[in-house]
Amino acid sequence: MSSYSIQSQNLSKLFGRRLIFKDVNFNWTEKGIFGISGPNGSGKSTLVKIVAGLIAPSSGKIIHKNSTVEIIPEKLHNHIGFVSPYLVLYEEFSAWENLKIFAKIRGVDFNEEKVIYYLTQFLLENRKNDLVKTYSSGMKQRLKFIFALMHSPEVLIFDEPTSNLDEEGKKVVYDIVREEGKHRIVIIASNEIKDLELCSEILLLEKFK
Amino acid sequence: MIWKIFLFLLLAFVSIAGIAFPIVEKPSAWYEFPFIPGLEENAKIIFFHVPTAWLTVIAFLMSTVFSFRYLRTKNLDEDAKAHSAAQLGMIFCILATVTGAVWAKFAWGQFWSWDPRQTSIFAILLIYGALFALRSSIESEDKRATLSAVYSLIAFVTVPFFIFIMPRIMKGLHPGSADDTNAGPVIDFKMNSSMQLIFFLSLIGFTILYFWMWRVGYKSIIIKDKLDKKIMNPITGQGG
Amino acid sequence: MIAESYALFKKDFHSELRTRYAINSLAMFIIVAISVILFSIGNETITESLTAGLFWVVIFFTAMSGLSRAFVSEEERGTTLTLQLIASPTTVFSGKLIFNLILVFCMNLVIALLYSALFEKFVVQNFPLFLLTFILGNIGLAVASTIIAAIIAKAGAKGTLYPVLSFPILLPLILTCVQLTLFSFDGTSFEEAQFELAIVVGYDVIMFTASYMLFDFIWKD
Repeated sequence: MSSYSIQSQNLSKLFGRRLIFKDVNFNWTEKGIFGISGPNGSGKSTLVKIVAGLIAPSSGKIIHKNSTVEIIPEKLHNHIGFVSPYLVLYEEFSAWENLKIFAKIRGVDFNEEKVIYYLTQFLLENRKNDLVKTYSSGMKQRLKFIFALMHSPEVLIFDEPTSNLDEEGKKVVYDIVREEGKHRIVIIASNEIKDLELCSEILLLEKFK
Repeated sequence: MIWKIFLFLLLAFVSIAGIAFPIVEKPSAWYEFPFIPGLEENAKIIFFHVPTAWLTVIAFLMSTVFSFRYLRTKNLDEDAKAHSAAQLGMIFCILATVTGAVWAKFAWGQFWSWDPRQTSIFAILLIYGALFALRSSIESEDKRATLSAVYSLIAFVTVPFFIFIMPRIMKGLHPGSADDTNAGPVIDFKMNSSMQLIFFLSLIGFTILYFWMWRVGYKSIIIKDKLDKKIMNPITGQGG
Repeated sequence: MIAESYALFKKDFHSELRTRYAINSLAMFIIVAISVILFSIGNETITESLTAGLFWVVIFFTAMSGLSRAFVSEEERGTTLTLQLIASPTTVFSGKLIFNLILVFCMNLVIALLYSALFEKFVVQNFPLFLLTFILGNIGLAVASTIIAAIIAKAGAKGTLYPVLSFPILLPLILTCVQLTLFSFDGTSFEEAQFELAIVVGYDVIMFTASYMLFDFIWKD
């Protein structure tokens, strides 16, 4: 259980001079499953990217805290696990190699047992030494989840988590989300009703214009 | 409005005086210029060449400063100011290069001889060219502003090197460089008072002209940008 | 931090080993470029200063051919986001810089060897000076090329834009290195070449510092 918190203060984003959203406020702590919903174009992906520290907001602040210590942007990446349809992994390497490389670049230990556990959970264990180039889109999506979970981050951000997945894949994801939501902050950005049903709190982004 | 008329008269006077006033051995009348060894008849270019070169530098500095401010504030207005300065900088740079080359033909016999100062101004021309090429290849205005700001700053950092390496790498023909025993008319004030007057009036006139054009330039960029946004319908926005 | 940058370099290195893209095309480029020059010269003997100049010309264009890949390949495949999620901007720049540094040294070593074999006037009298110029010049080349590569990776028309943006920035370095190369041919002493060496060192330090400070802005959207 972490005493991690994410707080946004009057978050606004403009692209050029066009307003995407304005004065978004929330305060999410410790654990739980939080949703961000809105029609296409409302800025869901943009908002989660800001939370993940990938984009800077135009005004306002997003503050990540571990207990009471604020985390600086340069160190944020190891506290976040991120999955989205536009995330691409290195296709010239195998799944196993990809995960190993990521651990090294992150500067965290590569826990073989944990990785094998996840590979099995996500039904990829028998393909772990195959190049990602040979994976189907559903397999790639599942691998992305492993990428997000591997380093035990305090925050999990899933943008459209069930895209590209069949019913079986979706079930695995929902199980993981429910389980992780008991120990960490899980943020889901989606339009799917079934995805949002898991959330205890939902932010309706189109209200923030 | 009044000051625009004033500016017009000033620049008109400077242009006419600069070209028409004769250069004589011993200036007696107020409108006569002295004979400067090494420059002689060509001296008149000083009224146009030096101000344009001076403004190229000013424009470059301003472009860099506003680029820096954009990176700090992410306010697109700063980018408009930087861009306006760069546009004018390019124009004045071309003018300075051309007036310089014309003078060079008369003084040294050829338009271009890779004299250190010539090479430096050419390098600045390349930087501006690169900056505009970069800007035109980026659609997103945030990205465009950020990347051109970064490039401006990198370019700014390399420019001082020219001031240092040039005198060593190449011997200079340009007035005021290491080889020139006359040490440049501006520094030595070999100009008489009426010549100095015209020179400084020219400098002031061109500088005011530059700032005026710069203001009009950046404001029109900003207005055009805002108009474009209002008139265009918001199509489906960014992927949500 | 170093370990992570090194890990990123190793990733690029292994990726390169698998696809062998850069090595093949760069090697061919060097051969083609030098051949073109040799053909144009024909049987004439070119002067020392021309040789020195042409040496750095080939170095420049080879760099333009190969150094943008570090960032452009990530952008083109969409893995920039992946890198943003696993490393800080400083780590990314360091990793890419290490890769480009090694690439530059390898390329330029080949170019230098070919030149000394094929060009009459490429005779180095002051070898330590040449070596120092080679090392310092390569560092400057790698640093400047890497930061510009980061810029154009985010723009369009990447191929043609890269030399256009790099040349003005590299010009002070190239001019000074040509001069220093000439000095090393002539056997000029270190004392006399001090000023030019100071320029190159200054350039390396300033470009290095500026690149690290500005990279954050380029990298983060």
